[in-house]
Amino acid sequence: MGQYIPSTREEQQEMLAAIGAESVAAFFKDVPDSVLLKEPLNLPAGKSELEVRREVEAMSRQNKVFGTILRGAGAYQHYIPSIVKYISAKEEFVTAYTPYQAEMSQGILQSIFEYQTMICELTGMDASNASVYDGASAAAEAVAMCRDRKRTVALVSATTHPDVVATIRTYCYGAGYEMRMVPEKDGRTDAAALAEALTADVCCFYVQQPNFYGNFEDCTALGETVHQAGAKYIMGCNPMALAVMKTPAACGADIAVGEGQPLGMPLAYGGPYLGFMAATSAMTRKLPGRIVGETKDADGNRAYVLTLQAREQHIRREKASSNVCSNQALCALTAAVYMSTMGPEGVRQAAGQSMSKAHYFAQLLAEIPGVTVQNQGAWFHEFVTTLPVAAETVLNALAEQDILGGLPVKEGVLWCVTEVVSKEQLDKAAAVIREVCAACS
Amino acid sequence: MATLENLKYTKSHEWVLEHADGTVTVGLTDYAQQELGDLVFVNLPAAGDDVTAGEPFGDVESVKAVSDVFCPVSGTVAEVNEELLDAPQLINETPYDAWLIKVENVSGSEELLSAAEYEAFIAQGE
Amino acid sequence: MQLIFEKSKQGRGSMMLPACDVPEVILPEELQREKALRLPELSETEISRHYTALAKRAHGVNDGFYPLGSCTMKYNPRIDEEMAALPGFAGIHPLQPAETTAGCRQVLDTAKQYLCEATGMDDITFQPAAGAHGEFTGLLLMKAYHEARGDFNRKKIIIPDAAHGTNPASAVMAGFTVITIPSNEHGCVDLDALRANVGEDTAGLMLTNPNTVGIFDPNILEITDMIHKAGGLNYYDGANFNAIMGVVRPGDMGFDVVHLNLHKTFATPHGGGGPGSGPVACKAILAPYLPASAIQSGQDGTEGKLQLKAFYGNFLVVLRAMTYMLTLGAEGIRSACEGAVLNANYMMKGMQDVYPVAYAGDHCMHEFVLDLEHLKKETGVSALDVAKSLIDNGIHPPTMYFPLIVHEALMFEPTETESRETLDEAIEIMHQLYQMAREDSEQMHHAPHHAQIKRPDEVLAARQPVLRYQWEQA
Repeated sequence: MGQYIPSTREEQQEMLAAIGAESVAAFFKDVPDSVLLKEPLNLPAGKSELEVRREVEAMSRQNKVFGTILRGAGAYQHYIPSIVKYISAKEEFVTAYTPYQAEMSQGILQSIFEYQTMICELTGMDASNASVYDGASAAAEAVAMCRDRKRTVALVSATTHPDVVATIRTYCYGAGYEMRMVPEKDGRTDAAALAEALTADVCCFYVQQPNFYGNFEDCTALGETVHQAGAKYIMGCNPMALAVMKTPAACGADIAVGEGQPLGMPLAYGGPYLGFMAATSAMTRKLPGRIVGETKDADGNRAYVLTLQAREQHIRREKASSNVCSNQALCALTAAVYMSTMGPEGVRQAAGQSMSKAHYFAQLLAEIPGVTVQNQGAWFHEFVTTLPVAAETVLNALAEQDILGGLPVKEGVLWCVTEVVSKEQLDKAAAVIREVCAACS
Repeated sequence: MATLENLKYTKSHEWVLEHADGTVTVGLTDYAQQELGDLVFVNLPAAGDDVTAGEPFGDVESVKAVSDVFCPVSGTVAEVNEELLDAPQLINETPYDAWLIKVENVSGSEELLSAAEYEAFIAQGE
Repeated sequence: MQLIFEKSKQGRGSMMLPACDVPEVILPEELQREKALRLPELSETEISRHYTALAKRAHGVNDGFYPLGSCTMKYNPRIDEEMAALPGFAGIHPLQPAETTAGCRQVLDTAKQYLCEATGMDDITFQPAAGAHGEFTGLLLMKAYHEARGDFNRKKIIIPDAAHGTNPASAVMAGFTVITIPSNEHGCVDLDALRANVGEDTAGLMLTNPNTVGIFDPNILEITDMIHKAGGLNYYDGANFNAIMGVVRPGDMGFDVVHLNLHKTFATPHGGGGPGSGPVACKAILAPYLPASAIQSGQDGTEGKLQLKAFYGNFLVVLRAMTYMLTLGAEGIRSACEGAVLNANYMMKGMQDVYPVAYAGDHCMHEFVLDLEHLKKETGVSALDVAKSLIDNGIHPPTMYFPLIVHEALMFEPTETESRETLDEAIEIMHQLYQMAREDSEQMHHAPHHAQIKRPDEVLAARQPVLRYQWEQA
């Protein structure tokens, strides 16, 4: 008898007798003797639940949980209402698999259909898939949707998150097409350079909104330039910002993707997160992964099913355009519960307060002698400053006060403020920085 | 299973209508649509694309399967039946009206069967 | 059941955030959202009831038997969930300074130790988020390896026809051409066909062993050796790893790289389709090409290592798997494997008197495939009809119509976490359905009769896709 195995040793013997086998070894007789393990794996013995709990809790205590987080760069701390955690922990959702059997999976299918609708509402796009792994892989899958035999070059703005760039580059490397960067100018995509880069072999252009530095790009104008060259336009969007900013649909995007983590998922050392993907109706059939659709059952009642499946790998095999065969269903559910609980006004508030507080904090920092805020024009909840002293010194001083400061980047320090940080915490952080800068200069 | 006398057929279940001007129209046979079941989508080439006899030029999807459609002749696609993109069921309903593509500049062809030969070929397989 | 949007009433909702305590900043008009955001407006009570109602219309492992072949639907221990919810993990930013994340690295190091030992590999990446993602990663490692040796002509990946559909799709995404080789009469790799296709253009082989008909290929050493001698690499699809863990290791069988599905073999929940985790373990020769995070390395992403997604992977899923492995330990890992294989054999033997087993030998590994072609010919009752009838009996159907080499396939994988009573009951139900197929086949053509819905019209769904709720035009 082992952990989580119901059968007792006696029952196992009875089962073996019923099968007509002497021992389980009989089932492994096709394994060549030379590789059959004669000794147990070189691993510790099994442990009781209490021992395991102690050990894992001890590991968690080796981490530092910061009381104030002023760092984003692709992972954002937003308030997660209590109900979100409880609903996404419901065992029927947690322990189910992909809803292959619609007749006993209407709950999961409907929750995905509702999620798809919410993503369409956020982005303004016509259709959404059931989600993919994360924002970076969503970006790479979006690029793959655009490529054809004649257009094999993907353009990516230099103002994109480095992990997204590297992921697109990796997918391009795999399939044998090229990624080229469009340079930035003053923290935004260089529009003139984009126009020049749009040669006849370019399949698409990817831009992040707001971009890696927090700046809003002129996405409408960029989109027009891209379309004039006959290429497709992909926007990678922060879903929180979508509550207040012009939608990718209105900017002319063919595909909108993004990292859904801000919608109710914890930071969790980088995952699991949620990649959302939405497209115009013209490109819907190119979306990878699962899609849920509405139909009728044999009695004429409304029902939901996985649909457009003939696009997918289990049917097309080597002709499929993507190998995705799962989604982040539980994360998609989490995002849907988050959006439902916050409601349109709540999401707008979370976005608006994050932006307002980030601007308040930027102003406090700008007042410190030697600190310059780099962002010009409109920006969201992230911004870059230069500091008169080494970033390390400032960040260490903040850490001592239980504050995770901004991320050091080559242009300076990239700060992020969300709605969970109070004015008091911002004032305190600014005071620490002011003190460090004064002491060192 | 229906066949039409004025058409020619391939062993991969396409029908071919040869026009006086040298162009040909290609579709799927009644037998093919029965075997494939309810079709839900059709992927077709674009006008101007080159097609090669014996090579796939598109595919048709049912709910749980996708099947290549092979071109009986070599040439250039003159026209595609865009109506099928919105109504793939026409192939199930009226397979000999629901043409897929018209090919011009025809330069070569697979072995084509008469209606009687095609029927015999099907009977042999069953 | 109504959609959440249909229950929404303007003005309802909950207050989750305090009033803003700093001056409000708004976007310039040209950047503002151009239309109102339509999200549900409901009280917390209504939201809670809505999702509780949806949960009642779902079937998870905790609701009943779930013998979905190739998916390893074993029980998901609660302690693993509780550990993943600890604030000391859930609250950690992925870009925190290294000295504040020692616990996270300890989790990854521990998981690495267990998984490398169990697979016989030297190194591992946790970045891939799922099995298919892991396949793509592993294939890219192979590609990078050949290219680093100046060997640009190895463009072909050999894959048996019984393979999971993701294998060929992943190979194409990684830029390879797929060579499909047929299975022999035992459902295993046809050695002659393999020999005929191996050559200087072979990048490698992708294989799952035991294969998708639940048979361990006895020629495995000859197969991997043939690929190695030709200069290729061997990829182990770890989807079926539950069948061999603790008994035999891919690394010892001649494999160079393997992906694992932590959501199958290592008991992390499937979550209705994800998140999973598909770490890739490899031999030292491939380790230099393992992926990394550009931002964590301080790079802009335009050059450097491969990267499959942001940051380091689905960390909380790895944490659950690590907790499971600590619990099982060396002996427990082997017991889980043996229990899974025993349960599968018991179930197969229990049904074999009426349902023929595809590629039947005298035993199977962790799963087996019933071939219902005879039943269909005799009674008209298909694998689909039997599967749908199981739903009326509270059992999640097995995997249907896979692998493709068996036409009326039902693939059962009971897993080790099911009791003998559960297996006996399922065997009994399958016998009843066999009788029913002979006596009242019409009934089965329309099954299920007592489920949430009758059979859905999938043709309508695909022909006229409705992929979102449409508000009535105001």
